[in-house]
Amino acid sequence: MTRAHDALSAGQAGERVPLLAEQFKGGLAAPICLTWEWTYACNLSCVHCLSSSGRRDPLELSTAEIMTVLDELAAMQVFYVNVGGGEPTVRPDFWDLLDYAVANRVGVKFSTNGLRINREGARRLARTGYVDVQVSLDGATREVNDAVRGPGSFDMALRAMRNLAEAGFGEFKISVVLTRHNVAQLDDFADLADQLGAVLRITRLRPSGRGADVWESLHPTAQQQREVYSWLLGHGERVLTGDSFFHLNALGETPLPGLNLCGAGRVVCLIDPVGDVYACPFAIHEAFRAGNVRSPGGFAGVWRDSPLFARLRTPAAGGACASCPAFSACQGGCMAAKFFTGLPIDGPDPECVRGHGEAALSLASRHEPPRPGKDHSHRDRTVPLGMPGLRVPAKPCDSSPLAAAR
Amino acid sequence: MDAANEQAQDQRDDTAVGDEGVVEELLVEEISIDGMCGVY
Amino acid sequence: MACVASTDTVMIAPFDAAQRYRLSPEVALRPEPFGALAYHFGNRRLCFLKVPELVDVVRGLGGHSSARDAVSGLPEKRRHACLRALASLAAAEVIVPDVAGSAEQP
Repeated sequence: MTRAHDALSAGQAGERVPLLAEQFKGGLAAPICLTWEWTYACNLSCVHCLSSSGRRDPLELSTAEIMTVLDELAAMQVFYVNVGGGEPTVRPDFWDLLDYAVANRVGVKFSTNGLRINREGARRLARTGYVDVQVSLDGATREVNDAVRGPGSFDMALRAMRNLAEAGFGEFKISVVLTRHNVAQLDDFADLADQLGAVLRITRLRPSGRGADVWESLHPTAQQQREVYSWLLGHGERVLTGDSFFHLNALGETPLPGLNLCGAGRVVCLIDPVGDVYACPFAIHEAFRAGNVRSPGGFAGVWRDSPLFARLRTPAAGGACASCPAFSACQGGCMAAKFFTGLPIDGPDPECVRGHGEAALSLASRHEPPRPGKDHSHRDRTVPLGMPGLRVPAKPCDSSPLAAAR
Repeated sequence: MDAANEQAQDQRDDTAVGDEGVVEELLVEEISIDGMCGVY
Repeated sequence: MACVASTDTVMIAPFDAAQRYRLSPEVALRPEPFGALAYHFGNRRLCFLKVPELVDVVRGLGGHSSARDAVSGLPEKRRHACLRALASLAAAEVIVPDVAGSAEQP
């Protein structure tokens, strides 16, 4: 299908309706979706965690502060928030906050490793208005999953999913981060989703947070990327991708469905547990911090007036990529992926399917990659599920992510 | 902006010929929530 | 999803310009610089209304006896495109037939 963007309506003398993607690039009155991490606390220590979560931050937004922001979002008519963390259900006020959001016509979609989705939790969710649940899983088998997410995590996720299915929740999502070790399990993931009445969502591993440490060994190989691309073309209707594979579009004539453009600061943004606003969940770094919701203008002030967002909303020249014939398909790839591998933002994506990214990475002159902006990782990375670490805690939140909030 | 912005949306039927026989633009476009990076 | 659209198993009637319509109560219509975004909380669909003129028509639908009447205030050359847009919105259930005439003005 082609766009009629050059056609003029006979009645609209001289005016034309702009191409939708152009309108997006200029920014919106409010985000279409905003990702909101409600806590850095987490019961797990997944090796690739994009937010380097584990320990609660002592300055996390209180219940009242979160409700204040929710009031703002309702007034801005943000349609829904995508809640994550850490593990958002670790917060004792999670359920009340969920109800508050829904009652104020802000839908909630949340990601979880399954921690609090017991039978009671699943039934409560089934009774709630607009709520979507996304259970994280990175292997179709215990072996592959737990190597990334820790012992016991596979079982916990499966139990949560079964509870949701039995409670009559309806369609929930299974969210998979594609790695070198689970690309071979794509069909198995699809089958699992079918069996549970769920929708499969696969997303791209990015070198963000702890992902920076494991990216080289975990990101799919070039050959695997080609397999993913062709698998997506064959299974597109059943599988969601969050448009995260648009960098693969340069592989073929058929574009993957989606807008194929980076929404950071334009369509989406992140609010982190201490209220910092970032352009995107994969870009938790000072370079992409737009402000803080605790400032006088609140979230709305940041969304509307941040100089960073104004820069992101200004169409940029394509830079080094602009002369590549594939540029219109891949749009230069993912800003966060480039940043955290030390590549220039106006150059190729590290996983550029034409190999330009690999070439750029091998240059001796490239910058040392920036470190993640924050690190809330558990001090002992191998903390077994449910057991406290064997060390002297400096603060209550070090010993347990479930320690009482201030 | 060409192939990159093609989307499989069932509401879109491209250009249409109106009663006057001229090409019209679509005033409504549907976008998949899944079709924007960073949107869940 | 905990909230499932009630039209799951019901066919959506084809757009009828002679019918009165109204904005669905399950839809949030948010003004934007270019027009508006319409998000349907039941079916999770998102529509762009790309010109302000269309947004005005949609908001005023319930106050007219039919969709055709709702666009009658537009210059003649723009009515057809607007009706086609309304048909798209009806197919997405953003606007729904207002059989009881109970539409509130948004």
